[in-house]
Amino acid sequence: MSDFIDALRDPLVPFVRYALLAGVLASLSFGVIGSYVVTRRITYIAGAISHSVLGGIGAALYLNGVHGWTWCDPFLGATLAALLSAVVIGLASLYAKQREDTVIGAVWSLGMAIGAVFLMKTPGNVDPLGYLFGNITFVTLKDLWLVLGLDAVVAAVGLGLYPQFLALCFDEEFAELRGVPVKWYYLLLLILTALTVVMLVRVMGIILVIALLSLPPAVAGHFARNLWQMMLGAVLCCAAFVAAGLAVSYPYDLPSGPTIALVAGTAYLVVVLGYKSSIWGRLSRKNP
Amino acid sequence: MVSASPVIELNDVTFSFGAAPVVENASFSIYPRESVCVVGPNGGGKTTLVKLILGLLQPQSGVIRVFGAAPRSARPRIGYMPQHVLFDPQFPVTVMDIVLMGRLAAAGRNRFLGWPCVADRQAAREALRFLNMEPLARRPFAALSGGQRQRVLIARALSNRPDLLLLDEPTSHVDTLGESQLLDLLRELNRRMTIVTVTHDLGFVSNLVEKVVCVNRSVVVHPTHAITGEMIHEIYGAHVRVVRHGEISDEKEEHAHE
Repeated sequence: MSDFIDALRDPLVPFVRYALLAGVLASLSFGVIGSYVVTRRITYIAGAISHSVLGGIGAALYLNGVHGWTWCDPFLGATLAALLSAVVIGLASLYAKQREDTVIGAVWSLGMAIGAVFLMKTPGNVDPLGYLFGNITFVTLKDLWLVLGLDAVVAAVGLGLYPQFLALCFDEEFAELRGVPVKWYYLLLLILTALTVVMLVRVMGIILVIALLSLPPAVAGHFARNLWQMMLGAVLCCAAFVAAGLAVSYPYDLPSGPTIALVAGTAYLVVVLGYKSSIWGRLSRKNP
Repeated sequence: MVSASPVIELNDVTFSFGAAPVVENASFSIYPRESVCVVGPNGGGKTTLVKLILGLLQPQSGVIRVFGAAPRSARPRIGYMPQHVLFDPQFPVTVMDIVLMGRLAAAGRNRFLGWPCVADRQAAREALRFLNMEPLARRPFAALSGGQRQRVLIARALSNRPDLLLLDEPTSHVDTLGESQLLDLLRELNRRMTIVTVTHDLGFVSNLVEKVVCVNRSVVVHPTHAITGEMIHEIYGAHVRVVRHGEISDEKEEHAHE
């Protein structure tokens, strides 16, 4: 633990500090958007979006490495790929007669396939595992600013439109009858999900980032009476999982993404298994 | 009453999912302050008819007018309680949150981004009070009984102060006592608004309403007093016991078992 605190001060490893800050800042969006995603039951769509991000990362690295497009960095590629996937899945589920889950599967696997092909064809020192499972040494000061910017936008939109999103997640048909343009809100929710996922792709990797979107609200949901309490709990859980995961992974030289995911998963299991036997569970059953 | 322009007007409306018509050549009018029941067997098209009136489904042919306009533009004046809310039992939402959803379209209010204002909260409380649910306003929805949830959904429909109330199977989770309380509430509401109730519960019909819309693909409208066992047989295709209670007949106690 003291190793970790020393590392936060160590000018030789600034990425530890950046990763922790990025994780804690992004927790705001992860808690807010994650709560919508979990209650609207679209975790699998968030999964497809995050996996397809590899396509954007691969393409960006390839263009950067082969064609010398130095402005084209993986963060930009990831953001564009996530947005594209969100729009494709959203439009397909709203308008096309395709089965929604088929489209989700296609976006999921094609995104990864495109990413894999580009990564293999990119010369030089590319670390595919780092993109899949996260690598905190990737995190730069510039990334931190990008996370801060995206976080502000996503959280502001997500919280500002809380009444509409609550109505959309609870009862879409009724929301439509009350004049909420539910199709647009659904699409907007997918776009916000895409931007959220992108924030922590560096730290968590495209495969594990979904753990921080779905598990904190799932933990918080056991204690929340309403959606904003769930969000608040999820924000705090998410920040705690990132901090604890980094603190555990650093001294033992464990990969940070998987360690954070394991911390989140353990907390979730403890809450789910502990809830029924606990005083909380008994109270809420006896005195609803 | 009949001279007023109709609240709901269907003219030769046909709707089908794929090839099979669900509602065929439906024509009828419902007038202000009428209380109407929509009855028919399961899968006979009752809910489809309601969704047509709400503009959630578009008919293949025919015209639907609600308050003289297209259903979609009449929505702010309609309160709707759906039959099923396919809600997640763990959904973190309180009774008040749900009733406030009914206020999202409340018109003519200077508001920021749909956040409820004081008037919205007052209207929601008023609707809950009317259903004797105000003390439960802060409870989680998941902790309520089936009958209480139904009342919350009716309160959500009323919070908008509608001129037309559409209730889809309001008695499906309610016991006999709850049912008679519900009838009293609906009678009181009927002084202020037109009420259309979808039900498979024929006992509920005869106590409240003046008009019965029988839906089994075709749509036939009867005045309640004209309902006979033969008609019911025609709609449901089986022998149904009819119990007609005396409350609606004004001269003599009538208790006919057929």
